[in-house]
Amino acid sequence: MNIPSDLKYTPNDEWIRVEGNTGVVGITDFAQDQLSDIVYVEIVVSVGDMVNKGDACATLESVKAAADVYMPVSGKIIAINEALPDTPEVVNSDPYGNAWMVKVEMSNPGELNDLLDAAAYEKHVQEKSG
Amino acid sequence: MTEPLLCELSAPGRRGVRFPQPDVPLAELPRNLRRERLPMPELSEVDVVRHFTRLSKLNYCIDEGMYPLGSCTMKYNPKINEETARLPGFANLHPLQPIETVQGALILMYELQEMLKEIGGFAGVTLQPAAGAQGELTGVLIIRAYHKSRGDLQRTKILIPDSAHGTNPATSAMSGMQVVEIPSDARGNVDLNALRQHCDNTLAGLMLTNPNTLGLFDENVLEAARLVHEAGGLMYGDGANLNALMGIVRPGDLGIDVMHFNLHKTFSTPHGGGGPGSGPVGVAAHLVDFLPAPIVDIIEEGDEETAPLYGFVTPSKTIGKVKSFMGQFGMMVRAYTYIRMHGPDGLRAVSEAAVLNANYLLSKLRHHYHLPYDRICMHEFVLEGVWPDVPEVHALDIAKRMMDYGLHPPTNYFPLIVHEALMIEPTETESKQSLDNFANVLIKIAEEAHTQPELLKSAPHITPVGRLDEVKAAKELVLCCGVDALEAQPA
Repeated sequence: MNIPSDLKYTPNDEWIRVEGNTGVVGITDFAQDQLSDIVYVEIVVSVGDMVNKGDACATLESVKAAADVYMPVSGKIIAINEALPDTPEVVNSDPYGNAWMVKVEMSNPGELNDLLDAAAYEKHVQEKSG
Repeated sequence: MTEPLLCELSAPGRRGVRFPQPDVPLAELPRNLRRERLPMPELSEVDVVRHFTRLSKLNYCIDEGMYPLGSCTMKYNPKINEETARLPGFANLHPLQPIETVQGALILMYELQEMLKEIGGFAGVTLQPAAGAQGELTGVLIIRAYHKSRGDLQRTKILIPDSAHGTNPATSAMSGMQVVEIPSDARGNVDLNALRQHCDNTLAGLMLTNPNTLGLFDENVLEAARLVHEAGGLMYGDGANLNALMGIVRPGDLGIDVMHFNLHKTFSTPHGGGGPGSGPVGVAAHLVDFLPAPIVDIIEEGDEETAPLYGFVTPSKTIGKVKSFMGQFGMMVRAYTYIRMHGPDGLRAVSEAAVLNANYLLSKLRHHYHLPYDRICMHEFVLEGVWPDVPEVHALDIAKRMMDYGLHPPTNYFPLIVHEALMIEPTETESKQSLDNFANVLIKIAEEAHTQPELLKSAPHITPVGRLDEVKAAKELVLCCGVDALEAQPA
């Protein structure tokens, strides 16, 4: 299970990479493994949208289930991954790279303190997998 | 594929029916509404009959064997239901006939409303919704209309447990509500602490399935209803799992304000390709005025000489119509027949046997498969289709392997809160022999998973087609296969 140490995580299996005041958001390796083959991605926010922490930013469908992706932080959407809906399998093959979903200009970087670091997320995943 | 498509069987000029000469003047369609070519397969009657007969032999149905799809209640549908539904007085009705000429049908609908009220513990029932999900939509629209009528416009939040059917959040979102997921506690019940945090003046209601999709009776239902009601919200009951409760406990008595029934599950009307669904909705007294219109009632009291007249009435604050005419009338006849054939004691016996069968099966399987929520179950239970020592084998492989033994697989990968879920609902209509056979097959497959896992990974082996490519099926939809060939044929 790949859990990069430079990212922050939510208990709901999203990751965020902080670059200055910008956050890049996607789902974790554990999440893609649980969902299995992703066949559909829809980014449900647009550039310029103001979003709150916990708002849905994308919807995923795999052969097993559908799942929403939630914003780990609040802010303004400054980019969405427009290529991803045409290549949903990238979520399985490259969850931390080309399968990023949105970029957000954080309005309250303090929210990052509520997120999990890699060690805490790893523990969380172990508990979830029983 | 072992059977060609109709398009592939087509031969130019072949036909099954010759229309007689019209006995009315011909009317030409305007040219702009006509098209030059209509690529339809050309077949004789015998071509069509043989095609569908061959296909039907590839099918698996409840009349052939056990159909243990968890949450679907695939019970055997007694044939007497078909007899009554085909009685000419029911089968040949037109929905616009004058009510004086359809009193028998209206009495049946009225009595079915009364029976569902009694079974569910409700003050009013609509028979209109055409399926469970439409019943849910009706219920949530009633909840919305109730709050609106009280000026509670800020109540837009619907709470939904993480074990719920996917239709619950879909219904709420479609009704313009905000969906908030509530986690389950360690025993599989609604987590009351999480629930408490959301019981405020924005709460519209809680959608609760009881027994829930883990097959467990929610032990917190009374406290959950109290919290929701105290906060001014309403309790929606998802009646999908009513088959566990009939004659034992009434959802209305547990504090459920509105609930849909699935006639096609609990009351043995065909479903799963065999017929349309039917999802009547029951409501408590404070919601009766919001029911969809019309509902059947006595519109003229009778006396010693004349029978009462049954007809249609419109509730005073109705949310409107949710289905054309009166809903799936044929399903109402079947469900009515089922209820009358069983009577109150018989319906209770149905639920008791459904719960007994599930627990019997669980007791045989629990030492071979991991049971994540270890409790006495109700009418169904959820196992994990995975073992730590053979991680390459998944629930899907087990399901596919079952087909090699002539069994229909259970629901899998639902509910989402169980890893590699296998959700098994035997229903009350399976005999001990049938249950034993099912258990023996699953035990054998558990052994195979450890000794010959490749047998599972490559299953099914004896079906007309092998393992389907689900990713390709989801990503590359081809809905008009074969039409191209017809297009290419000479006109």
